[in-house]
Amino acid sequence: MTRSAPRTRRLHRAAGASAAALLALSACSSSGSDSGKGSSASSPELSGTVTVFAAASLQESFTALGKEFEKDHPGTEVTFNFGGSDTLAASITSGAPADVFAAASTKTMAIVTDRKDAAGTPAAFVRNQLEIATLPGNPDGVSSLKDLTRPGLKVVLCDKTVPCGAATQKALDAGGLKLTPVSYEQDVKSALTKVELKEADAAVVYKTDVRAAGDKVEGVDFPESAKAVNDYPIALLKDAPNPETAKAFIALVKSAEGQKVLSGAGFLKP
Amino acid sequence: MTGTDAVESSPRRDRPGRRSRTVPVPLLVPALIGLAFLLLPLIALLVRAPWRSLPEQLTSPEVWEALRLSLVCATAATGLSLVVGVPLAWLLARTRFPGRGFVRALVTLPLVLPPVVGGVALLLAFGRNGVVGQWLDAWFGITLPFTTTGVVLAETFVAMPFLVISVEGTLRAADPRYEEAATTLGASRFTAFRRVTLPLIAPGIAAGAVLAWARALGEFGATITFAGNFPGRTQTMPLAVYLALQNDPAAAIALSLVLLAVSIAVLAALRDRWMTAS
Repeated sequence: MTRSAPRTRRLHRAAGASAAALLALSACSSSGSDSGKGSSASSPELSGTVTVFAAASLQESFTALGKEFEKDHPGTEVTFNFGGSDTLAASITSGAPADVFAAASTKTMAIVTDRKDAAGTPAAFVRNQLEIATLPGNPDGVSSLKDLTRPGLKVVLCDKTVPCGAATQKALDAGGLKLTPVSYEQDVKSALTKVELKEADAAVVYKTDVRAAGDKVEGVDFPESAKAVNDYPIALLKDAPNPETAKAFIALVKSAEGQKVLSGAGFLKP
Repeated sequence: MTGTDAVESSPRRDRPGRRSRTVPVPLLVPALIGLAFLLLPLIALLVRAPWRSLPEQLTSPEVWEALRLSLVCATAATGLSLVVGVPLAWLLARTRFPGRGFVRALVTLPLVLPPVVGGVALLLAFGRNGVVGQWLDAWFGITLPFTTTGVVLAETFVAMPFLVISVEGTLRAADPRYEEAATTLGASRFTAFRRVTLPLIAPGIAAGAVLAWARALGEFGATITFAGNFPGRTQTMPLAVYLALQNDPAAAIALSLVLLAVSIAVLAALRDRWMTAS
């Protein structure tokens, strides 16, 4: 008896805690939808949050554009989800609440358009070319794509399911080369990180990634990359919670101002 | 004898039994919600499984390679955890030294640390350019990232705390007087540990090992960060599932089913023998 008394009290407390957790959960969901509707109703102008799913390679330039957008349209907020385009496409088709999708290849965008999850036809807004990222000062003397096939050199590539990996494969095929990396990374940024941390000697990434990394890596151009230039399409999503503001963000990306930021990051004109 | 026994004991046994059968609603409802929440995703996996193409999916050599690698690495990580984790648990439970509480907190840190952070930390420590790794590379020519050994290390880092916590808990619950008796009878402290303590806490060690093994089998973040992803060398099942999900969800579901089946089989097999004993 003496033992059961504190035990039941503890159980009561646990039940109370779980009930409180449930309440908190429901409170979260209701307040979330309230604030969304309330703010859009209070002002017909652009407002609320735009959720942009964008390829990992767009991280620096889109973050800058998002800040600019928020400054131009007070009361709006741009939140980003950067990742491998294929991962993002998969989460969009399984119902992730996003307004805008900017992919690093038409193939990954097609995953979304094939499922009729995009509103309208996606339009290419930039192009991106591959480049080899080596350690600072290029100590291994890498000067071509063929140099990466040298034994003993630790090279990381993007996985073939990711746009940069598909493009790399295309470039290797164009040069008639076979390259066995030490790892197939899940997106371009993690491939770059392995070189930044000096764990790998080289990675095949985008020009924009090499530029964004500053002096932590050194870029080496290779001619085969011209055969594997990626188009970056952007699209408004069909189930966008905030379509008006999302359209304005897409307009900014395509505008001269947006293109200036993007080409400053190393992207090519579409 | 048996008749009077039954008559005497049955009302006593019955009454609390009946009372406990009426489960209070405030407990029952959240309990059922919790159960449904845990089971629904697994049921969904079974419902949406590509049963027809499953044989084809599962006969691909990549699947077996990933599964083999997963089992080998998880087992090796568990072995490594046992070798260093049990003594560590003993140290925490049976000795007194300044800052013991702090050390225990540090040991449990990987439990709350996001595994990806663990992977980055491992790179900074054991990477080719890491604090320790650069010497391993310079003196012995050993590089750990992008190797199967790297997978084992990443899994050990994430899984060992489960073992240490479990074994330490068992050690605290075990009566130290048996060991003391052994030492007063002339056994050294190590002999007492080996001959008295170890058999005493064997069920706890086994339970901890199973927990650690299960955690290692499912490890993703630290592995992909520290060891990278290469089929046959560092691509374990969770990595294969994650990457398959991108372009071939059916294959990902098939892989998940295999992992689920293996986990359930091992846990069920060990549960009867070990887990209930503890």
